[in-house]
Amino acid sequence: MKKEETIDKSRRDFLKTAAIATAATATCGSLVCSCSSNKSTVEKKVKLLSPDGEIVEIDSAYLNYQEHMAIVSKLEARQGIAGKKFVMVVDLARCKNARKCITACQKWHYRPEETEWLTVKLLKDSEEGAPYWFPKQCFHCDNPPCVKVCPVDATFKRQDGLVLIDNERCIGCKFCMAACPYSTRVFNWDEPELPFDIKNLTYSAETGIPAKVGTVEKCDFCPDRAREGLLPPCVEACPNGVFYFGDENEDTVSNGEETISFKQLIKDRAGYRFMEELGTKPRVYYLPPKDRQFPVERGYENLSEDLKERYKEYKEFFEEKK
Amino acid sequence: MELNTYQQEAFNHQRKNIETFGKRTWGWTIFYLLWIFVGGYALYLQIAKGHGITGMRDNVVWGLYIVNFIFFIGISYAGAIIAGLLHLFKVPWGKPIIRVAQMMTIVSLIVGPVFILLCVGRFDRLHHLFFYPRLQSPMTWDVMAILTYFVGSVLFLYMALIKDFAVYRDAKLNIPKWKQRLYKFLAIGYRGAASQKRHLIISQNLLAIILIPLSIIVASILSWIFGMTLRPGWHSTIFGPYFVIGALYSGCGVLIVAMWVYRKMYKLDYYFTDRHFKYLGFIMMVLAAGYGYFTFSEYFTSWFGSERWDSEVINKLFNPAEYGWWTLFANLAGILLPILIIAIPATRKTNYIALAAFIMVIALWVKRYLIIVPTLESPLLPMQDTRAEVVKYSATWPEWALTFAGIASFLLFFTLMSKFVTIVPVSGLEDTHRPFELNHEHQAEHSIPPAKKEEVQPA
Repeated sequence: MKKEETIDKSRRDFLKTAAIATAATATCGSLVCSCSSNKSTVEKKVKLLSPDGEIVEIDSAYLNYQEHMAIVSKLEARQGIAGKKFVMVVDLARCKNARKCITACQKWHYRPEETEWLTVKLLKDSEEGAPYWFPKQCFHCDNPPCVKVCPVDATFKRQDGLVLIDNERCIGCKFCMAACPYSTRVFNWDEPELPFDIKNLTYSAETGIPAKVGTVEKCDFCPDRAREGLLPPCVEACPNGVFYFGDENEDTVSNGEETISFKQLIKDRAGYRFMEELGTKPRVYYLPPKDRQFPVERGYENLSEDLKERYKEYKEFFEEKK
Repeated sequence: MELNTYQQEAFNHQRKNIETFGKRTWGWTIFYLLWIFVGGYALYLQIAKGHGITGMRDNVVWGLYIVNFIFFIGISYAGAIIAGLLHLFKVPWGKPIIRVAQMMTIVSLIVGPVFILLCVGRFDRLHHLFFYPRLQSPMTWDVMAILTYFVGSVLFLYMALIKDFAVYRDAKLNIPKWKQRLYKFLAIGYRGAASQKRHLIISQNLLAIILIPLSIIVASILSWIFGMTLRPGWHSTIFGPYFVIGALYSGCGVLIVAMWVYRKMYKLDYYFTDRHFKYLGFIMMVLAAGYGYFTFSEYFTSWFGSERWDSEVINKLFNPAEYGWWTLFANLAGILLPILIIAIPATRKTNYIALAAFIMVIALWVKRYLIIVPTLESPLLPMQDTRAEVVKYSATWPEWALTFAGIASFLLFFTLMSKFVTIVPVSGLEDTHRPFELNHEHQAEHSIPPAKKEEVQPA
């Protein structure tokens, strides 16, 4: 671990190059040396530390990329990405409860089906108003009630705005869950079932993998992907471009199809933050469900009976619509 | 140790309690141990299978364990405050009962925090609380406060015991060698010299002065674990004082019940007189009124303000289909009953007071449940979940087993303590004679020596 921490910033810029892969492999073993011979092009040689402690030179063509490798040190995972200020915008006018974001999230984080870091609620603001689909992940508040109450500094606020959890630190007191007014956090009540190779990965607060029993977890905005310039899976998976993810400092957000100015978007579409009155200062903005692309019942009709049961308080409403 | 006649009398009266163990005590001890064993098995299952075997889920993250934690810790604070006040103000009638209050403090302070450990997902990492403490967290404040308080109240009890240990050491008791040695060790060479006496009394006074505000602070910090969150029903400015008075009140009830049981068991009618129960009853009544006032303020402001989330919790609490009957019980039995029993002279009898106190203590336990669970069942966002166990909390058998194991260990500690030290402090009776002799008004009533048998047996 010490070796990782000494990686300085200039070297971090080489993240995507094989050179850094050497260091990462040396400590984490998350790059796998492939023996398949069909890769014949000789690119360049890289030095790797073998499990026996020997330095070996290998053709970079034989290296396979593996997801979820802990590419940063514990310290960096706590500090965050310098100069960034991650922000998300959710366009409520486009959501039709397709639930693609949820499955993508569960797949990426190896969470079971019943654990939804990202959920879609059906909300209605007033008696007369119409219900609308409301995707909700962690708001990564700037004044996070969960962080304030953690007795062991296991959940923390980073300089790039993210609120993450260190599951090697967490004692499982669940105080953060009681304190979060948005019921965002979930607890590993039982030993999480994970594929063998995932179970043996080096844990990092940035990947949140592998999950650990008796600890709290939640949506993390996928900072490991952000480091590689990728959008979170929920953003990529959404067929309707509901989610915009980006950097407030750069003033750009993207839903994968279009990249636009964050400030302009919030101004033009009257973006708001959920329950602003709580003073938690969320980093997730919502665009009101005006001029909706889909009638609300489109998100209900194709659901399984079990999922329909979730929204039973609106059952009559949907039956009327039919 | 030289004893005056009254002390000698008190000692002789209780001598056999610490000399013998007795079949009945064995019976109870084994009974309690059985309960603890069942709880131990439940704990084993919880460790082996994970917290999934409890009724707690992602919404109701805290359940019976936290309810028990608040309950026992509350009793403890009350013990310290009552003992501290009785000591500081040199209340003459307080001398015989001060030890029960002090024992209550320690015992519940051992049992209480165990419950929070049961609730923690990873108790293999508890050292993180000391290695990586975050000072903003009310939980960190609580850890510091409870530890300080534990040390303080153990010292307070021990200081009060030193003289008695010296008495037991010198009394040539018919007890095994190890016990004699232990008394000798614990008496730390106390001989009753003037300087020893002075040092002891100064230390005790200082500890009492520290402990009283400390227990108020600790009870408030406990309440802030809830009060500092943004949850309806918890996020309230009166939570600190509310918990303080709730703790005092329930503790006062436990003290009365404990005294009643000891009086029955060890025939201590001469020391725990009816007047003691009456006086403690008056204190309990005043506390009941104060606690009732806080409860009313809390519910009334929430209901009147009718803010959306507050109303949701209030509706849950008062809806007969949800917690309505429990709320009714908690408030009738927890507030009205003790006030009526003590206010009406005809029912102001020792047995009735003890019975009212016993029912009140149960009601206050229910009240703690009503503070914790309904709020957690009312998240700000609709749950929209189909899993019944997530929507509504219902405790599973391991949680109940551990709860009863906790109560059993509380009673076991009390039983064992009563076999190790005299329940009525012998040397503590120093400057007084009979508890009420100073009070000339009541002299006649109490000139009749011990053991007036009670007829009515409370449930």
